[in-house]
Amino acid sequence: MPDQAQILPGTLDLLILKAVSLGPLHGYGVLLRIGQISGQALLIEQGALYPALFRLVRQGLLKASWGTSENNRRAKFYELTVAGRKRLREETEGWNRLAAAIGSALSARPEEV
Amino acid sequence: MNLASYMRSLAAKLLHREQIAEEVDEELRAHIQLRADDLQRAGMARSEAERQARIEFGGQERFKEECQEALGGNFLEIALNDLRYAVRMLRKTPGFTMAAIFTLALAIGANAVVFSVMNSFLLHPFKLPHADRLYAVWRPDVRDAHESYPDYLDLRDRNRSFESLAAFNATEAGMNTGKEPFDAWIMEGSGNYFDALGVRPYLGRVFHASDEHGPDSAPYIVLSYGCWHGRFHDDPAVIGSTIQLNKHPFTIIGVTQPGFHGTLVFFNVDGFVPLVNHAAFGQDDPSARKDRWVFMALGRLKEGVTTAQATADLNAIGSYFEKTYPKEDGRMRFTVARPGLYGDYLGGPVTAFMTGLMLLSGLILLAACANLGSLFASRAADRSREVALRLALGSTRTRILRGLFTEAVLISLMGGAIGLLGSIVLLRALSAWQPMPRFPVQMPVNPDGYVYAVALLLSLVSGFLFGAVPVRQVLRTNPYEIVKLGGTRSGGRRLAARDLLLVVQIAICAVLVTASLVAVRGLARSLHNDFGFDPENRIVVDTDLTMAGYSSDQVPAMQKRIQDALAAIPGVESVGLGDGVPLGENQPDSNVFREDTANLISANAVADANRFDVSPEYLHAAGTNLLAGRGFTWHDDQHSPLVAIVNQEFARRMFGSEAKALGSFFKTQEGKRIQVVGIVETGKYNSLPEDPHTAMFLPILQRPSSSTWLIVHSDQDPQQLGAAIRSTLHNLDAALPVSIRTRFQVMDFAFFGPRMATISLGVLGLMGAMLSITGIFGMAAYSISKRLKELGIRVALGAKREEILQAALGRAFRLLMFGSVAGLLLGILASRVLALIVYQATPRDPLVLAGAVIAMLLLGLLATWIPAQRALHVDPVILLREE
Repeated sequence: MPDQAQILPGTLDLLILKAVSLGPLHGYGVLLRIGQISGQALLIEQGALYPALFRLVRQGLLKASWGTSENNRRAKFYELTVAGRKRLREETEGWNRLAAAIGSALSARPEEV
Repeated sequence: MNLASYMRSLAAKLLHREQIAEEVDEELRAHIQLRADDLQRAGMARSEAERQARIEFGGQERFKEECQEALGGNFLEIALNDLRYAVRMLRKTPGFTMAAIFTLALAIGANAVVFSVMNSFLLHPFKLPHADRLYAVWRPDVRDAHESYPDYLDLRDRNRSFESLAAFNATEAGMNTGKEPFDAWIMEGSGNYFDALGVRPYLGRVFHASDEHGPDSAPYIVLSYGCWHGRFHDDPAVIGSTIQLNKHPFTIIGVTQPGFHGTLVFFNVDGFVPLVNHAAFGQDDPSARKDRWVFMALGRLKEGVTTAQATADLNAIGSYFEKTYPKEDGRMRFTVARPGLYGDYLGGPVTAFMTGLMLLSGLILLAACANLGSLFASRAADRSREVALRLALGSTRTRILRGLFTEAVLISLMGGAIGLLGSIVLLRALSAWQPMPRFPVQMPVNPDGYVYAVALLLSLVSGFLFGAVPVRQVLRTNPYEIVKLGGTRSGGRRLAARDLLLVVQIAICAVLVTASLVAVRGLARSLHNDFGFDPENRIVVDTDLTMAGYSSDQVPAMQKRIQDALAAIPGVESVGLGDGVPLGENQPDSNVFREDTANLISANAVADANRFDVSPEYLHAAGTNLLAGRGFTWHDDQHSPLVAIVNQEFARRMFGSEAKALGSFFKTQEGKRIQVVGIVETGKYNSLPEDPHTAMFLPILQRPSSSTWLIVHSDQDPQQLGAAIRSTLHNLDAALPVSIRTRFQVMDFAFFGPRMATISLGVLGLMGAMLSITGIFGMAAYSISKRLKELGIRVALGAKREEILQAALGRAFRLLMFGSVAGLLLGILASRVLALIVYQATPRDPLVLAGAVIAMLLLGLLATWIPAQRALHVDPVILLREE
């Protein structure tokens, strides 16, 4: 297993929104998807995922419905709502801005000052 | 999230609680299964895979709870959970819980009582529409509200500030309903009285301005609800019937609403009659501008009129009076004042007194909260392991604090509820209480919404106050340290401020205990005092002959008939007559002057002597000893020289000695020369603690008075004798209302102050004791939980019981000793002040000192009993193993 980074506080919601935006997923699927798209670099405590999912549903960013998984287990599937998609776009932009700012700050060299 | 969707989710939560819990459950289960499937595919055995999946998932219960929380709308559920937990924790320590609830019940109860009284007397005295705009016309320079009738009419018609200015006068009258006549208190109201106040009838009708057509034109009476209920037994048929007031016929036209008993807070009247019929009640002249007999003018200010505007408006009328009636009125200054407590006359002292009481009870509640806070801190210290364990298992600090606060608020709410119930019972008794049976004085205090709201608020605030004390302790808790080492070791001697608070509480408690013991002993002693008359085996009958319509020239003959008739009752030894009695309700007095004084002004008076006009038999019947000279005879009448019997104090002050007094003359305010013919012992006349007071007895035939007080000396049972007296008087005149009491009951008036002082000191002493007990208990319990381990080691090393107690409770006892001694000394000093109210209150009384010491010891024992038991039963084995 590669080194895994603890995710920054507050970024879990963003990751969940992103994972679900790629197609409806059940909870375990969200976990796998995040692992997959982050190249197994981000560690998420499995149980901690669910309070976050429930919170997003309550905020109206996700909607949930019961369905059947690929290996025939009954599971609850989550997909983005319109509000969720909008939020994902905003949060992504915000994140990118932050990341760019921090990146440029960290790459500053003495002669640039 | 907006409110609507929150409410929806809340409703859904409440409706489908079970279903949602199951859904969460199922979803988490599905997750674990899916993960196990993957692990199985990777080559694990199914059972091993499921186990691994569960471990990876983490604390299922915790996440389930967090999911519920994330779903929202489970506030109620969390609160319920907290509540269940709090109840369980409190039931585990019943002693603590009871002590805490009891303390708060007393403290909050005291606040509720004081606030209720304040609410009924000061904040919302009248349940009338727009009562906040109700004002009386007040004359600040004379601190009086009396007006003459013509002045009232001018004020009523010329003012532009009041919606309608009414007036009333309070008077006593004999009411004869055909059965038992009684002494009624009547409010004479102007025609617009009810309409100006907005009082509606409960039955029949009230009178209006249109009923008045000049003097004696409206012989109507509106009964108060209390009188209708008590005297007419709720009979609606009395409307339209006629009764007699002072032998004048009045027709009952209605009954007022139950809550309305007139416009004076403490004064409950029996009925209301129009002011124009005043001739039935007094000789005042309604057309004389100088005769200020109308008690008060009052009304509701017009909407938007300020008190300053009203005052200016009234003073304009004052200038008009000065211009138009310079002789009768002169300059009249007006302002407006609250009518209920007679402006600032009663309102000032009552407000000051109630504010003081409110502050005091607030302080009691604060001190109770401080004590409960330290109790809670000791509990939190005891439970530090539990708290640490819960923290280690993933509970959040918020959750634990919420639990603690739930416990605190639960206790304070229960305490508040019990305190409120207790205060309602107490206030019922207060409302029914008639401190002065001869007067319709009552203190109707009915707790209303304001009181409930304040009690709830106080409960919640105090719960949060003392609940907040252990917060820092919990926040600082480091689960790792505590589980490993056991017990917090910090703290130690850092409680100095709390110690000081405790000593102050104990000292105050000791002061109050000492003072109330002194008061009780003084009161008990003063009952067997030398009053200057003998109260044993004496019945007092009092009445006023004008209430049965006797004119002043008929009075002496009727009084003689009454006296003879009572003396003829078998078993009666003697009957004496006077226009008043010492230590009774009314104490007439007048200035007396030396014989050679020409200018009879107050400054030249030798004394303001109590004056009793009495019959020849009075001294003997009252049991007052004649020391020298002669008593009166029936020949001391208007045709013979004026004579007097004076007391020793009078003789000494007026003439220098008793010997010089006999046969000498003095002058009264009216300039009459009176010769002293006898000397009696000096007694008590106005109050028990008074200094020797001058008093004189004059022959009643030389100054007839319709006020009739008879002292009947007989060793028969007062009950039977009272009945015999009543029937005898009924035979003489069926329309004469009389009051029959024992001599001791008459003195209730004089004992009122000392009794009230003793009772309030007792109540305060109880509060003080309660505070000290919880304070010491909390302090002792806290120090023992902190040092449990040390005590265990001492026990293990073979310490004796005394040594353990010394180690565990030494500090508490030192504080107790210190506070008690300080309090006792202060209490002895304070008793000097007390002696001004309670006669013969002295702390130099072995019983008082012993009582105070024993009380404080008992209190200390009570407070430290439970902690001491705990310290003595420390089991070193269990303790050392646990830690």
